[in-house]
Amino acid sequence: MANKLDSKIPSGPIESKWTKSKFDYKLVNPANKRKHSIIVVGTGLAGASAAASLGELGYKVKAFCVHESPRRAHSVAAQGGINAAKNYQNDGDSTYRLFYDTVKGGDFRAREANVYRLAEVSANIIDQMVAQGVPFAREYGGTLANRSFGGAQVSRTFYARGQTGQQLLLGAYSEMMRQVDAGTVELRTRREMLDLVVIDGKARGIIVRNLVTGEIESHEADAVVIASGGYSNVFFLSTNAMACAVTAAWKAHKRGAYFANPCYTQIHPTCIPVHGENQSKLTLMSESLRNDGRVWVPKAVGDKRHPNDIPENERDYYLERVYPSFGNLAPRDVASRQAKYRCDEGRGVNESGKAVYLDFADAIKRLGQDKISERYGNLFEMYDKITGQNPYKQPMMIYPAPHYTMGGLWVDYNLESTIPGLFVAGEANFSDHGANRLGASALMQGLADGYFVLPYTLGNYLGNTKLEKVSVTNDAFKAAEHGVKEEISELMNIKGNRTVDSFHKELGHIMWEYCGMGRNEEGLKKALQQIPKLREEFWQNVRIPGEASYLNVELEKAGRVADFLELGELMCRDALERKESCGGHFREEYQVDGEAKRDDTNFCHVAAWEYTGENKASVRHTEELKFENVHLATRSYK
Amino acid sequence: MAGKTLNLTLKVWRQKGPKDQGGFVDLQAKNVSEDASFLEMLDAVNEELVAKGDEPIAFDHDCREGICGACGFVIDGEAHGPMKSTTVCQLHMRNFTDGATLTIEPFRAQAFPVIKDLMVNRSSLDRIISAGGYISQNAGNAVDANAVLVPKADADEAMSSATCIGCGACVAACKNASAALFTSAKISHMALLPQGQVERKERAMRMVAAMDAEGFGSCTTTGACEAACPKEIQLTNISRMNREFFVANVTKREKHKDGGAG
Repeated sequence: MANKLDSKIPSGPIESKWTKSKFDYKLVNPANKRKHSIIVVGTGLAGASAAASLGELGYKVKAFCVHESPRRAHSVAAQGGINAAKNYQNDGDSTYRLFYDTVKGGDFRAREANVYRLAEVSANIIDQMVAQGVPFAREYGGTLANRSFGGAQVSRTFYARGQTGQQLLLGAYSEMMRQVDAGTVELRTRREMLDLVVIDGKARGIIVRNLVTGEIESHEADAVVIASGGYSNVFFLSTNAMACAVTAAWKAHKRGAYFANPCYTQIHPTCIPVHGENQSKLTLMSESLRNDGRVWVPKAVGDKRHPNDIPENERDYYLERVYPSFGNLAPRDVASRQAKYRCDEGRGVNESGKAVYLDFADAIKRLGQDKISERYGNLFEMYDKITGQNPYKQPMMIYPAPHYTMGGLWVDYNLESTIPGLFVAGEANFSDHGANRLGASALMQGLADGYFVLPYTLGNYLGNTKLEKVSVTNDAFKAAEHGVKEEISELMNIKGNRTVDSFHKELGHIMWEYCGMGRNEEGLKKALQQIPKLREEFWQNVRIPGEASYLNVELEKAGRVADFLELGELMCRDALERKESCGGHFREEYQVDGEAKRDDTNFCHVAAWEYTGENKASVRHTEELKFENVHLATRSYK
Repeated sequence: MAGKTLNLTLKVWRQKGPKDQGGFVDLQAKNVSEDASFLEMLDAVNEELVAKGDEPIAFDHDCREGICGACGFVIDGEAHGPMKSTTVCQLHMRNFTDGATLTIEPFRAQAFPVIKDLMVNRSSLDRIISAGGYISQNAGNAVDANAVLVPKADADEAMSSATCIGCGACVAACKNASAALFTSAKISHMALLPQGQVERKERAMRMVAAMDAEGFGSCTTTGACEAACPKEIQLTNISRMNREFFVANVTKREKHKDGGAG
């Protein structure tokens, strides 16, 4: 099959690509906009902002989410902040510097043109969110406050206490609810997308299951936007919310949308360590804590003393030692790997030996407890609730955990997938972050895509495309509905002996062990033998009680785990093929003194996988990445 | 952190669907780690139920970090359980005693119909938001964020109100099932900021009307809502809402009906 990867990067200098595109894009006249319908799947930052702005423009929008309310989308949990090149601090920030930092932070595996646009619209995002009432932190003079964040040497992060994601999501959600009131957005909650309907090669609708009644519904539209988030829950234990799944994106993949860089997952360095076998998820502690917290382990192997009893000269502040210019603010992949090395050396703390200290004693001495509590109070309380330890009195314990996923459905510059009319926004697409997303940039991308990119690019598609009228009585809808019903009845009829969670946990162990913070050929090959076996057992032995005709949580989970079992295998294959280390993707065979060793000669590309059918190997396509502005260089944070 | 374990008896509300009559069922939770969260304890109970071929207890939950507002039910008569300013997902088993019997039931309110077991439908809260819990600001043309200065104290207070997670514990804790704390938090958030001024009166009137239309009860200021709120949303918001509503009503103007010349 022909390679469909045309990135559609506009010509001209990087600074004017987006301006030029906006002018070149076809427009849809206001009277015609209301004749077009658009489906938005997912209502987090990207989905809600897309639905709100498309509704504002006059399109008929239908928004879907698995949650009871769009306000519960997982964007709500982001803590630390959102980046924008405002240079309010007069510390030398600029669109170009944010662009530069993001390309470098992504270890030269993101598309330059997309990243530049992201940096360019970042300032508009802050204006937009402030105008709609997001209560960002302020200075006494009334101007906005900023703080610094991992991987950056300027203060460009805007924040709302430790609840930035919540406030941004509530902002985008309320703008969407305003459109619901205005009648331009129709909201369907507790619906899960279970298939994409493609007619004449174009995305024309979706099949969803009403999670309360079990009904299978068909919805048609002129274009579909998937903004369904990331897939870290493939690891079972991750910082993602319980309902985060790959299902919507995966079903689209099976209908022809390529899946790019699936092995690029981000391991977040500051999570509360695992406490036991029955743990359901990992809780993130905001990266902003590293502004004031100092990371250390005891110098001596097996030093089990209480942290407060270990004198200063017997502590190893390893990030400050190894990376003097970035210190505790080293990028996420670097900080995560260093924590793992220290624990592998036997200097980890906690009973499990899988934790390091994040110590605020110096900051409290310097700034006073009140200042620290003003900055991070809610995070400290959360830590105390979960662990039963007071972080004002003794250091926190942290360990890395799967967090964000940089892989996702492949999209071109217009955020359009390899299926015409299927657009993908936010974490669900692969773009902008390369191999290692920096802190505070996910929120930025979600809102950039929804508020400032899709309204233009989607209009261009509708203006340029002749769309026949389709209805849900069309054969393609009937066939897709039938397929969904078949799969549900197959799952319900297995009536085996193992719970859904037991499969999910086993998959998670395989993924963390062989496709987690470090990967190597031997391990990945092992995983590629184990996962198909586990998948086979799943389809023969999973047990789902109850019926499919009403709310059935086990059935919902089973559908998601079935998709994770397929995605997991693709992640391992992608990791195996990428014979280099880049950013958060660390192939142990390719390193120099523990630092990632990229191979720009052979792997300076995006790998996008094409689904070719059940039990058939996916085909790997590549999109070459050209670095014309930020020249390829080895990242160094020393 | 591996520590002690406890054994508990749970009296759990089971209800198949909105139209079924529910009732309490006794279940045992054995060898629960004190480091587990309350929801992880229920997960373990559910795993046993599923292994026996029974249906698990349905309950809402998602982020398990106390921020999404999905979780929540009533434990021994208290919304989100016994810990102050804590959601159920952040409630850990070390706060319970071995051998205890716990009663677990859904948030109860006419405006929150039960979906199944401990899961209720709180979409009435979304409808209150769509009645005016926003600032009408189209995307793409906002002025520079620092063009409008906001005193730090106002921004902080707005933030304290805006931090409401919409879990509905305030409604469940109120003897009248009033949504005054929720609604007033949003009205306060926006009334405190310069951006919220233009629609301030309209917002107060529309949101209060929507709240009443959903079947929530009246506020009699007993403060049960504030005591149950996991995010410490304060009762002062309700006073502010009442003031906003009163001022809006006494100063309201008829809407201008003149159209523009074409």
